[in-house]
This record gives sequence, C-alpha cells and structure tokens, in this order.
Amino acid sequence: MKNQILRMLTGTLAFLASGVALADELNMRVGVTDISRQVYDLHMTIFYICVAIGVVVFSVLFWSVFQHRKSKGAVAATFHDSTKLELAWTIVPTLILIVMAIPATQVLVAMYDTGGEDMNIEVRGYQWKWQYKYLDEDYNNSFSFFSNLATPKSQIVNRSAKTDTYLLEVDEHLRIPINRKVRFLVTSEDVIHAWWVPDFGIKRDAVPGMLNELWAIVEEPGIYRGQCTELCGKDHGFMPIVVEAMPEAEFDAWYATKVTSEVVRQESMSKTFTHDELMVQGEVIYGTYCSSCHMANGEGVPPVFPAIAKSPVALGPRDDHLSLVINGVSGSAMQAFGKQLDAVQLASVVHYQRHAFGNDVGDISQPQDVINLFNGQ
Amino acid sequence: MSEVIHADHHDDHAHGPAKGMLRWLYTTNHKDIGTLYLWFSFAMFLIGGAMALVIRTELFQPGLQFIEPEFFNQMTTNHGLIMVFGAIMPAFVGLANWLIPMQVGAPDMALPRMNNLSFWILPFAFSMMISTLFMEGGGPNFGWTFYAPLSTTYAPDSVTYFIFAVHLMGASSIMGSINIIATILNMRAPGMTLMKMPMFVWTWLITAYLLIAVMPVLAGAVTMMLFDIHFNTSFFNAAGGGDPVMFQHIFWFFGHPEVYIMILPAFGIVSHIIPTFARKQLFGYTSMVYAVASIAFLSFIVWAHHMFTVGMPLAGQLFFMYSTMLIAVPTGVKVFNWIATMWRGSMTFETPMLFAIAFVVLFTIGGLSGIMLAITPADYQYHDTYFVVAHFHYVLVPGALFSIIAAVYFWIPKWTGKMYDESLGKLHFWLSFVGVNVTFFPQHFSGLAGMPRRIPDYALQFADFNMISSVGAFIFGFSQVFFLYVLIKTIRSGAPAKARSWEGAKGLEWTLPSPAPYHSFTYPPEVKSEEVHG
Repeated sequence: MKNQILRMLTGTLAFLASGVALADELNMRVGVTDISRQVYDLHMTIFYICVAIGVVVFSVLFWSVFQHRKSKGAVAATFHDSTKLELAWTIVPTLILIVMAIPATQVLVAMYDTGGEDMNIEVRGYQWKWQYKYLDEDYNNSFSFFSNLATPKSQIVNRSAKTDTYLLEVDEHLRIPINRKVRFLVTSEDVIHAWWVPDFGIKRDAVPGMLNELWAIVEEPGIYRGQCTELCGKDHGFMPIVVEAMPEAEFDAWYATKVTSEVVRQESMSKTFTHDELMVQGEVIYGTYCSSCHMANGEGVPPVFPAIAKSPVALGPRDDHLSLVINGVSGSAMQAFGKQLDAVQLASVVHYQRHAFGNDVGDISQPQDVINLFNGQ
Repeated sequence: MSEVIHADHHDDHAHGPAKGMLRWLYTTNHKDIGTLYLWFSFAMFLIGGAMALVIRTELFQPGLQFIEPEFFNQMTTNHGLIMVFGAIMPAFVGLANWLIPMQVGAPDMALPRMNNLSFWILPFAFSMMISTLFMEGGGPNFGWTFYAPLSTTYAPDSVTYFIFAVHLMGASSIMGSINIIATILNMRAPGMTLMKMPMFVWTWLITAYLLIAVMPVLAGAVTMMLFDIHFNTSFFNAAGGGDPVMFQHIFWFFGHPEVYIMILPAFGIVSHIIPTFARKQLFGYTSMVYAVASIAFLSFIVWAHHMFTVGMPLAGQLFFMYSTMLIAVPTGVKVFNWIATMWRGSMTFETPMLFAIAFVVLFTIGGLSGIMLAITPADYQYHDTYFVVAHFHYVLVPGALFSIIAAVYFWIPKWTGKMYDESLGKLHFWLSFVGVNVTFFPQHFSGLAGMPRRIPDYALQFADFNMISSVGAFIFGFSQVFFLYVLIKTIRSGAPAKARSWEGAKGLEWTLPSPAPYHSFTYPPEVKSEEVHG
C-alpha cells in the first residue's frame, strides 16, 4: 500500500517535472544577449549535474529505505568505517566541482569585459524610481529623465482590472540601440537598489557613492522588463525597469529629437506661467513624485510622511517651501528634489501644493524664483 | 568557601526542583533552563510563523489586499529576525542544555548561574524588539540583513530598540557558548575522550566557537549603526566618506558562520537519530567530525557570496565562488555517511526517523540549489529572487527546524518519562512534509521566472505559484499548532517511557532513568564502549 502511494507520488512528480521543462515561464529566460545565453547554458549545465547527483543520492537512500527495513526482516550489518569510501566521496565531488568551475569562470571573465563600449548610460536609483542619463560626448548634449511606475494605483488596490504588464510598466522607457555595446554605470542617490534586466543576464547593485559597471549588446529589438532587486524601502516592489531596444537608425532619430526637446526645455526656464498652467503641470508632478508618501489628498501618513494640507510649510513663506523641496530634509525620507526636477517642475509642484488640498496662499511660484534660489546658495 | 560546602551539603541528598513559579526565575538547573529555552523558542516560532502567514496572505493574489507595503516590510524583517534569533538558535541552546550534561556524563552545566542569566536576557530582548511594531513609525522594516543606509539614515526611529535587542541577543548567545564549551571541555566523564564524544556534543562544541567568534562582529556592526544614527559618524554613509558596502562585508562575516550555527547542531541530532533507527553504528564517525570542523572553517571565508552583485573585482568574485563551491565537499561527506549508516541497517520509521530522513533529502535539495547559487554568473540571475528564498528555506525549515522537531520527538521520553502518541506524531510529520514542500518548492520556479524577494505585490505571471505557496504555508503553519497539541498530550497523558526509550538508542543519556533525575549524573558514570563511538 505504502509502496503504491509512493509510486503514484513519484509518477506525479515526474509528470510535473516534464511539464516544468517545457514551460518557459518556470525557468530562467534565455535572453537576448550573448552573455545571457551563456548564463542560461551555464545554469542548465549546473542544474542537470545537480539533478543527476540528486537522482543518484536519493536512489541509494530510498533503495535502502525500502530494502533495509526491520519489517522485511533485515538484520543490521556491523560495518561502520571505510577510509576508501570516505576518500572516494571526497575526491569525486571535488572533481565534479572543478568541472562546474571551468565554464563558470569563463562566463564570468567574459562578463567582466566592460571596455570598448559604444555609449554610456548612467543608471541612478532613487526611492522609488530610476533615472537614466545619456552620457556620451559624441552626442554633444547629455540629457536625463526619470522612469516611474506607470501602473495606476487603481489596479494595485484592485479597483480596476490588471493589465498584462501590471507593475512592469513605466512612464518612459530606457531606450538603447541594438547591436551596439551599451555600458551602464549604476549608482544610487539614497539607499541601495539593484538594477536587473533578466533578458540581458545582468544585475548589479546601485550603491550610493559607488559606480558599478555593466554592459549589454542586445541582438533583437523589443521591450525588456525587470525590477529592482534590493530591498529599498516602502515601494521596493514598485520601481520596475523597462528597456526598449531599438534598431540603430530608429534609435538615432529618437536620440536627435530628445536632444532637440532638451534645448526647448532649457528655454522654457525663462518663461513666466499663469496660475492655471502651473496648477495643471503641478498636479501631474505631484501625482508622480509626491503622492506615494504625502498621499493623493495631501494628508500624508503622519508622523513619517507629514501632511501638506494646512501644513505650516505650505502656508508659510514661499521660498522656504521651495527650499525644502529643493534640498529635502536630511535624515528623513524627504528627498532633495532639486536634483530630480527642473525649475519649471519645481515651481509648478510647489505652486500646486500651496493652492490645493484646501490650501490657498494666493502667491505664485515661477521657474525664475527657483533659479534665483539655486543661485543664491 | 562556605558556599561551596553549603552546596556540597545539598548535593548529598538528591532533591527535586524548588516549588512555585519563582523556581523558573531562579533556577540554575540545566533541565529547567533547557525547558525554558525550548518553550520560549516555540512561542517565538509561533509568533514568527504568524508573521509568515501575514506575508503569505498578502501574497496569495496580485494586488494589495490586506496590508500596506510599509507593514509588509516590517513583517518580512521581523519574521526573519524572530525565526533566526528567537526560534532556531534558542531551540538549539535549549537542546544543548538538556542533552550535553547527560551525554557527557555530568551533573549539570559548568556555569549554572550564567546559564540562568543567558536565558533570562532573551525575553527582554525580544519584548524590546517586538514592541517596536507598536511604536510610531513602526518597527524594523529593512530586512533581517538590515543593510545600511536603509537601516541607518532611512530607518524608522525604533531602530535604536532593535540595535539594543540585537546586543542583548548577542550577549545571551556568547554566554551560552562559553557555558557549553566549559561544560564539554571540563565535565566529561572519565574515559570519554574527545573522539568518543557523541556527535551532538561535537557539533555544539564547534558551533559554540563559531558563536564566540562572530557574535562580537555583529555587535560591532550594530554599534557602528548606532553611532551613524545618533552621533553623526559616517561608517556606512558614503556622503561622509563611509562605505555602505563595508556594512555588508561586516554583516556577512557574521552572517555566514551564523548560517552554519543554525545547521551544525542539526547535523549532530540527525547523526544520533539515523543510527538509532537503523540499529547500526554511525558510519564514518571520524570523518563526520572532520567534516563539521571543515565546514566551520570554510564558513569564515565565503561570506561575500551573499554579495556577488555588489560590485567586486573579478579576482574577488572568483575566490568567493571557488571557496563556496568547496563547502559542498564536507557537506556531501556528511550526507553520504548518513546514507551509508542507513545502508544494510534494520530500519524502522518512528516519527524522529521520518523527520531525520526528510531532513537528509530536503536539506540535500537545499544544498544542491546552494551549489547553483555559488556559480557567480548564474547567481546574477538568482540573486535576491525567490530562488534564494526557496534555497534558504529548504535548508532552514526542513533542515534546522525538522532536526529540532526530530530531536524533541526523539528525546521527549527521556525528558518527561512519557511517550508521545506515534500515530499523532506521524500525522504531524506528513502534514509538515507536504506543507513545507508545497510552500517552498514552487518558489524555485517563481524565482527563476524573475520574481524579486521582499515585494508585497507582484506581476501577473507569478500569480499561480504564489497562490500554491500560500496554501502550503497555511498547511504547514497549522500543522505546527497541531505539534503543540501533540506535545501537551504527551506531557499530560503519554504512556510511561522506558529508560532506553528506543531499541537502538546508544549513549549515556539512555542509561539514566526516564524521566532523567534532576541532577543528571551525581557520580561520574562508567563510559562503556557500547555506549560511545570509536
């Protein structure tokens, strides 16, 4: 009876195992770079060796469990030592490990070949978003942008249906060209994050004060998704990574428009905005940068995340309010947004905070005020 | 001097424990303190387990249903800390207290008053730590590994309580270890040479040295945190010239030996149970001892394999990859020796044996995934995913925890003089076995498919496996409440146990009556060759 049950169990397990081998979702992804394929092959090699070891060891164990039982009349032998056996099962595993170590070393050495890159992108982790900065001097104009979670709150709290890319969608993709060696310089602004794109076979911690190098040559155009993989606080699960690999010509065209719009953005710094323009822009920025802590209604989660509604800061002098947003509050979760937002964005979000959630100060904040504050320091 | 004479006077008359509840506060008896440790760790196990169920409830489906991410992080952190420092470690110390004096033929531990102190620190440490959950701003939320600067600059205010709780736990562990070493080295019965000691005693001797070596390192790490937080130092603050990565090096220099602290005594336990129920002497005793010593040594030179993605030079990555792979050799030797012990034995499958065999099988699975994790290039893909969660739960739950449960079933007749109900024990085993595998096996797949650990919500492709995992967790969780019932039933109404409670049991503890007398061996016993190894 017991044997039958066990046979059924092993049968089910074997069936499950075969299903497992077929389904792609259950295993590491092969990926789209040479390195990711090498890593996948290495993973499968080690996996099969481990399975083989497991099968041999467990077969001996279960053979013994079924054969050498008292209920079958087995009488205990008296042997309890064998130097030959001990040597054998020390040496053989060592040899197997050497067999494993050789390809592992080769792949690792290949991964560390970070030179000869075609372009550099700085990847900077923030609580809880990524900033991408295109660094190459060849392109004359470096520009940067933030990549924020784009999954609406309503999906997260189950008020609307979840889409296929639930939690894996951002407002702006990191774009890279295919067939060029892209070097990523990974660092962080606050706590440690980790930047991982499974399809490229690369993952590296983003450590404040350190610059880590990664690289990839992507062979197929497509959208590749990953997530932050180092606990970084409250919204660690909500800062995905989305990389769009584009054909070279398409990438170059996109890059050119990006540089142009960068010039336009620089020019907008000297404009003067109306109350309504600032409120519209401010609300968008508030939703992206502020609401995860201070909440959509401005009530915050005291005491960790103070309220903005009716707060002394939002009702106090405008420049103090601007300075606080620009410089953050050290030793707290309030970041220095002066590094993340430009003058137009800062002016509009502060203006919005001073005229929303029941606040109505009646003043106005312009980009020039922000620039003056920057210069004053 | 007069005190010594006084004590001697008392020892002349075998006496039982003092009366009343204060007995437990003042006791210096190794059995009383062992009992305190074991019940304390069981309580912590249920609290830590309840936290695990909160986590699994939230992860049952994608989306946020029950708790906020902020609280989720507090649950993962406290679950880890409580299970490591509150459940597994004190349980092993409790077993050491109960068993080591009986196994080496001593009346008690060498330092009974310190023994009392090292236990009674723990309830304070854990009250302090758990109380942070009710403070403004919440409790520790930075993971049980508490990486700076998340645990310093960005930590909730309650982190200071956490730091002092860790200091207390460390002090308790160090005192416990000193006591264990002193007992083993000084109080063995005449004739019990080191190479005749029972495996549980051997593994604990080595574990105790590991504890003394690394607990001060942990104390150093949390003290530096304390200074960064309150006295404006910059040990781990890059902006002030410090290094957040240094925190990880220090933490894992403690943390990796810590992992073996939680498994070496388990090796000892299994090395008692398998020979007993195979009715055959432990195979390769000498190499078992050397294997444990090798594992302990290697545990000091592999720490950075927890940090492969942190950004180290190639030479560093290679060194830590090779040294980590090397651990497989002595660990393999242990597994092979257990199987060789079973081979051509005359086996029966009482509850302790079932747990011990499950230990060998499931711990080996955890060991094999450990070899996969040691392969640095592949580790980049596994690191901080559910694959790692599956790996370390396989070595800690059906590893360390199963060995503790096996030990309780194995020695409870000696402790209480009562036999547990065999069919209830077997039911407990099968529920636990199914529960643990249903919970943790699918996590290998969700990890390989790319699910990061420590997230309160996940992408849709991980939904099925998380649901299965949550179901398993509840089966496992409630079967441990059932364990509590089995224990209480045994203590209240178990059948009387024989002195040698198991047919194949060897060792000095089985020469004592069941339940064992309050002062185990008042006179040094004769160490007969059939009771010891060698």
